[in-house]
Amino acid sequence: MAGEGTGMSIGMSFDVAAVRGQFPILSEIIDGLPVHYLDNGASAQTPLAVIDAVRRYETTGRANVLRGVHRLAERATESYENARAQVASFLGVPTMEIVFTGGCTAAINLVAYSYGALLKPGDRILLSELEHHSNIVPWQLLRSRSGIELDMLPVTTDGRIDLSALPSLLTPKTKLVSLAHVSNVTGALLDVRTVVEAAKSVGAKVMLDGAQRAPHGPLDLPSLGIDFYAFAGHKAYGPNGIGALWGRPELMDAMPPFMGGGSMIGRVTLAETTWAPSPRRFEAGTPPIGPAIGLGAACAWMQALDWAAAHEHEMDLVQRLMDGLQKIDGTQLFGPAGLQNRYPVVSFMLDGVHPHDVAQTLDSFGVAVRAGHHCAQPLMERFDLDGTTRVSMAPYNDNSDIDVLLAGVAHAAKTLR
Amino acid sequence: MSDQIYQERIVALAKAKTGAGKLENPTRTARRDNPLCGDRVIVDVRLDGEGRIAEIGHQVRGCLLCQASASALSAVAVGRDAAGIAELRHDAERALGREPGETHEPFDAFAPVAAHKSRQECVLLPLEALKDALA
Ligand SMILES: Cc1ncc(COP(=O)(O)O)c(C=O)c1O
Repeated sequence: MAGEGTGMSIGMSFDVAAVRGQFPILSEIIDGLPVHYLDNGASAQTPLAVIDAVRRYETTGRANVLRGVHRLAERATESYENARAQVASFLGVPTMEIVFTGGCTAAINLVAYSYGALLKPGDRILLSELEHHSNIVPWQLLRSRSGIELDMLPVTTDGRIDLSALPSLLTPKTKLVSLAHVSNVTGALLDVRTVVEAAKSVGAKVMLDGAQRAPHGPLDLPSLGIDFYAFAGHKAYGPNGIGALWGRPELMDAMPPFMGGGSMIGRVTLAETTWAPSPRRFEAGTPPIGPAIGLGAACAWMQALDWAAAHEHEMDLVQRLMDGLQKIDGTQLFGPAGLQNRYPVVSFMLDGVHPHDVAQTLDSFGVAVRAGHHCAQPLMERFDLDGTTRVSMAPYNDNSDIDVLLAGVAHAAKTLR
Repeated sequence: MSDQIYQERIVALAKAKTGAGKLENPTRTARRDNPLCGDRVIVDVRLDGEGRIAEIGHQVRGCLLCQASASALSAVAVGRDAAGIAELRHDAERALGREPGETHEPFDAFAPVAAHKSRQECVLLPLEALKDALA
């Protein structure tokens, strides 16, 4: 079993064609080429269930939420709150513990600002060298605002956060450990239990950046023992401009608001304002209602999928990719070598060919991948890499996606060096 | 396969590596980074008494387009001053379809990149670095 929420599966069949059929874009022909979409780590595609839910809101229930007494407003509020329940169910937490945010970046910034407001100069936050910039820069901003210190867990040569450094980097001053649940560069799954045990022993809270984990099936956050969880809608088959944050209610209710405005108040006088409890406290202004409804639908769509079979299918694709790359002279993987404790994000280098040139060649085969530093420049510096070519998969990918990609890499190897 | 960006001339320019390497005693050095893709170019020049390029060297950490462009630039930079390099820049812009007009050797090789807006900065980065070095 590679991670939480993915049951053991032995030889279950996965109907990839049926899944593909739910994603209209996958049957497009673009400039004469079929779509081989392997850039899911940047943004996944979206199924009809999500498109329909957003369309239903826009065509039959569009209004502002929480403010009107008319029936469209009530309908909109009901859909919005239903979406919160769908996200909560996906994460295994009570509905009112979910805060809608503008994305994963916005969720992390919210915690950096509002939890950060509770910290004192000299307090420490522990991150790692493989974090996405969105789990580094908000903390650097907090450091310059409030005089906290940052520590960095190193990364092993196979692209995992090196947890053997936990004892030396955790101190009684450490108030928060914030790490990627799954790396957006190497696909490595974090050993959450080890992190939580170590963090609790010094009284530190734990936040997970779930941007790359959420797209691979439901979670049971209470069993993880963490304190905050953030993810992005658009990487999890939902719309852009929406994400979600879960936080322990006792922490969230102790935190000051991130932004001020309508909806987040208890009572406003010109002298003073009291805050509504979470989640309203952190949802100032009119929220992205349609996108939230879409994210709810995406979570429901994911919950309906057989993830034991889907995960096995994804790992079969990873194996096929790794086997194929190995047959191309001069390829090198950056990340875990095996299928254990990983998700289907695979980075590689091709000797003598820059990752952008690999990706550009693949584009001419109709294959979409990401190349470059993946918003993880400290990681690239650490391993002295120009960047990598990253293949990130979803349950709708199939063998032909991998085979066409491999043909493209072989072509780049032959013509560009 | 669809439209090919990596036509033979571009690949040949990159492989030629004209001007690749550091200069011993440069008069000026400039470095340019593209924060979006991480490409980096360092250009060294030795100038004669009149501000013309006597020798040029470049270190490229970047893609094939950036390498090809640095190589093309080095092949025609010697003897030119800042105004002469600015003229090459216009030639590159014309090849990329960003300015009207005819384009010439060697930057005409980059015409296939006209259809790939996201890669055009890769071609222009060495020219930017050289402009800085001459400023
Ligand atoms: C691990 C990780 N964290 C955070 C983010 C930021 O997500 P967003 O840009 O949707 O806010 C990403 C997206 O690339 C990511 O991969």
